[in-house]
Amino acid sequence: MAKRVLLAEDETNIAVSIAFLLERAGFEVTVENDGRKALDSVMANAPDVVVLDVMLPGLDGYEILHRLRADRRGASLPVLMLTAKGQREDREMALKCGADLFMTKPFSNAEIVSAVRRLADGAPD
Amino acid sequence: MLSVNTVLAVCLGYVVLLFAVAFIVDRRTRTRRLGWLNSPVVYTLSISIYCTSWTFYGAVGSAARNGLEFVAIYLGPTLVFVGWWWCLRKLVRIGRAHRITSIADLISSRYGKSSSLAVLVTVIALIATTPYIALQLQSLTRSYQVIAGESDGVATAFWIAAGMALFTILFGTRNLDANERHQGVVAAIAVEAVVKLFALLAVGVFAAWSLADGFTDIFADVPAEVVVGAGEVFGARWVVLTFLSATAIICLPRQFQVTVVENIDERHLSTASWLFPLYLFGMTLFIMPIAIVGLKVMPAGANPDLFVLTLPLSAERHELALLAFLGGFSSATSMVIVATIAVSTMLSNHIVMPIALRVLAAGRAVSGDVRALLLVSRRVCIGVILGLGFLYFRLSGGSDALAAIGLIAFVGVAQFLPSLLGGIFWRGGTRTGAACGLLAGFALWAYTLFLPSFGGDVILSPEVLRDGPAGIAALRPQALLGLDGLDPLVHAVVWSVGVNALAFVVVSSLTRPGALERLQATVFVDVYRAAGGAPSSVLVGTAASEDLFLLARRILGDGFARSLFDEMAAAQGRSGGLPDPTDAVIGRLERELSGSIGAASAHALVNRIADRQSLGMTELIDIADESQQMIEAAHEFAEKSAELERTAVQLRAANERLRALDAQKDEFLGQLSHELRTPMTSIRSFSEILMDEEGVPDQERRRFVSIINEESQRLTRLLDELLDISRLEGGSIDLRLETIGVPEAIGKALDAIAGTTRDAGVTVTADPGRAGLRVESNPDRLRQVLINLLSNAVKYNPAPQPEIRVSVNENGSMVDIDVADNGGGVTHAEAAMIFEKFARGDRSDRSYGVGLGLPISRAIMRAMNGDLTVEFAPDGTSFFRIRMPRADP
Repeated sequence: MAKRVLLAEDETNIAVSIAFLLERAGFEVTVENDGRKALDSVMANAPDVVVLDVMLPGLDGYEILHRLRADRRGASLPVLMLTAKGQREDREMALKCGADLFMTKPFSNAEIVSAVRRLADGAPD
Repeated sequence: MLSVNTVLAVCLGYVVLLFAVAFIVDRRTRTRRLGWLNSPVVYTLSISIYCTSWTFYGAVGSAARNGLEFVAIYLGPTLVFVGWWWCLRKLVRIGRAHRITSIADLISSRYGKSSSLAVLVTVIALIATTPYIALQLQSLTRSYQVIAGESDGVATAFWIAAGMALFTILFGTRNLDANERHQGVVAAIAVEAVVKLFALLAVGVFAAWSLADGFTDIFADVPAEVVVGAGEVFGARWVVLTFLSATAIICLPRQFQVTVVENIDERHLSTASWLFPLYLFGMTLFIMPIAIVGLKVMPAGANPDLFVLTLPLSAERHELALLAFLGGFSSATSMVIVATIAVSTMLSNHIVMPIALRVLAAGRAVSGDVRALLLVSRRVCIGVILGLGFLYFRLSGGSDALAAIGLIAFVGVAQFLPSLLGGIFWRGGTRTGAACGLLAGFALWAYTLFLPSFGGDVILSPEVLRDGPAGIAALRPQALLGLDGLDPLVHAVVWSVGVNALAFVVVSSLTRPGALERLQATVFVDVYRAAGGAPSSVLVGTAASEDLFLLARRILGDGFARSLFDEMAAAQGRSGGLPDPTDAVIGRLERELSGSIGAASAHALVNRIADRQSLGMTELIDIADESQQMIEAAHEFAEKSAELERTAVQLRAANERLRALDAQKDEFLGQLSHELRTPMTSIRSFSEILMDEEGVPDQERRRFVSIINEESQRLTRLLDELLDISRLEGGSIDLRLETIGVPEAIGKALDAIAGTTRDAGVTVTADPGRAGLRVESNPDRLRQVLINLLSNAVKYNPAPQPEIRVSVNENGSMVDIDVADNGGGVTHAEAAMIFEKFARGDRSDRSYGVGLGLPISRAIMRAMNGDLTVEFAPDGTSFFRIRMPRADP
């Protein structure tokens, strides 16, 4: 059974490319472009991996991660955070909030696919 | 008659001699080798500038017309030097102790260093001196015409004035000695004094023993015109003349200059007290013989004013005539040079410099430039004074009207007498009193003597002189309040000096002097005591209260001392004035003073005044000054620390601001990074897909390529916007403003965005304003702003049936274009930040990724003297408002 990825990304074009790559790599991808909907979706569908952009309308990435980690259902969910700000404080903030991996845009396609694969493989069933 | 060349050569040689004397003496003064210059004889000879050409030529004329009357002019100074030398000594002592530079300086210093008094005295001195200088120019010119034949009098006078200006500037303003002494000039004047005395004696001897047969012969047959020993001699006019000349020897600016300012040793005055009268005696000895011989020998109608010159000429004694000419030349030039120095010092110190220093930047006042400025101002003043003298000579046409001017000037400067004598002998004289006296005296002098001297040509018409202004006989200038039948000179002296003295005394008695005035009054009146260091006992009785008040004021400050004493006076049941010095008052004052200077000092000070122990007033004031200085220093210190405190607060605020700016910069860089990385992410990702992934359908590939293209354009646009805003904010962009029509501008913007609105199904309602409404704006930039607002209104309008409304309002000198939509607009919180760069509205549907559009639009509008704001309608919905200056029709 294909592993499921929730992609929270408000930039449509980026979402299209990541979804395209992950689907080619054999994942089942759900895209949300709003922070609040993304959190609801994670809570409701319990995906295997969450790819989370920091700057989202509604709720930002840190806030979503914070709430996930505070919840039983999301406490150990593997999360890859993406940010376009690329400053040192963002990485520290992401890891502090409990992200498993952190990646700065622009990323290489191979990098993001292997990162999601690693998180999916290490994820407990 | 002599040849012009001879006269000019002799004159030139004489002037070169004077220059040489002045130059050598100046140099010896600088090297402190004064030698014989430090002699009372030089000092006395310099005082002889009292004898001007008015004496040299005019005394004979006066004797020929009015007999012995001329003696009064020399009797006054003689009486002063013999009988009143102690008054001169006091002036000299005060002048030296206080480094007085002029009579204006002395009067202003005495009355609390009042600058207005200094200006008043300076103006009077200038007005009284100018005609006097003109008189000297006239006599020089006339004597030159007599000895060298007729010539252009005006040109002669001009060159004489210019030459004297040169001499005065060269030796009068070579340096700015702190005490304003000009030894070089004094020495040259001493030489001139010897020459004029020698010349007059020579002519006298020639007249008495060559043209006549000695004194006995001369006085044996006195012509009828010369009324020797007539009853008039001791009449009112004679007394007044004696009084005036006595006054003039003290009050004339030039006499004050040589007697007081140029005095280098007070002891010289005791020599001068007998030597100067002797000099005057020498000058007057042969006046009468020359006059009598002249009247006998010279043809009828010859001008007796020129007998001194014409007698030797008529006898073909050319060398004697030349000597007489040099004597007259010396008399005139020495007077003019010293008078010019004296008046230019006043003019420069009391009028020009205060104005210049106020006008110039304050920074210059502390630099050395002021000395240069002062020198320039002195030199200009010298030029101006001589220029005025020449102008006066020119305007009066060299007429005989000038003859009476010497006496008119005497009466003018006599106005200084009450303030001057009152100032050094009477503590009660006040500034207001002095000013009132001077003003009243000056006005009366001008009205009763100076203006009438023009014979109805200037200001006062002949009718006014005869009948009084508007026919009011009581105001006739020469018979004021019906005081008729007096000689005009006597009349003017009685009125001007009388009212002056009366006003001075009465107003002084009625006014209360300021602290500084009291202090100056004490040090001036008690100059000997202060200098000798002998403590002066504080006056008993009434003085005690005042002294206590003076002391309190100097220590506690004026306001507090006044309220304290008023309170204590009220406690004693007095409605005004000072309280009696009771024990309660003294105790209270002591307590108050303790707070400022410590209990011990306060006790000592108050007790010494109250118990009348012999501590000098000057010492008391010294102590009080010291404490005042300490209080001021402490006050200054407190101010300094308060200032430091304020600076620290400002620094903290600046630091906070910098930190906030720094955070803002980080935030901006983060946002910028985000805006740049986002399109780059898509571009990189899709290009990698196109390169690496296989089996991507053609349709997908085309879509990906078009995304890459779209994101590249987004990136380019972003960079353009960044450059644009940085140029707009840096002010390095020049937005050329034109007069453009508002309806046209709105129409063009709507046309440009018509496609977008049609595609989005937006209804646009536009009220583009009345035709002919014009604004000052740049058409391209205005369209850019309008399109930005309109496309935002299309993009971010969530309403099912989106609408945009554009309207125009005229608002005084400004024109507003409002852009509203039915999407609800922005919230107040958003309105505060949407003009920040990369601001994102907090909206759930789509992030407000407006980036730089609104900040750029606002920057554009502000660069075009307008603005872009968010406004809120009464119903709470927001709209954007563009504001621009209306073009003048």
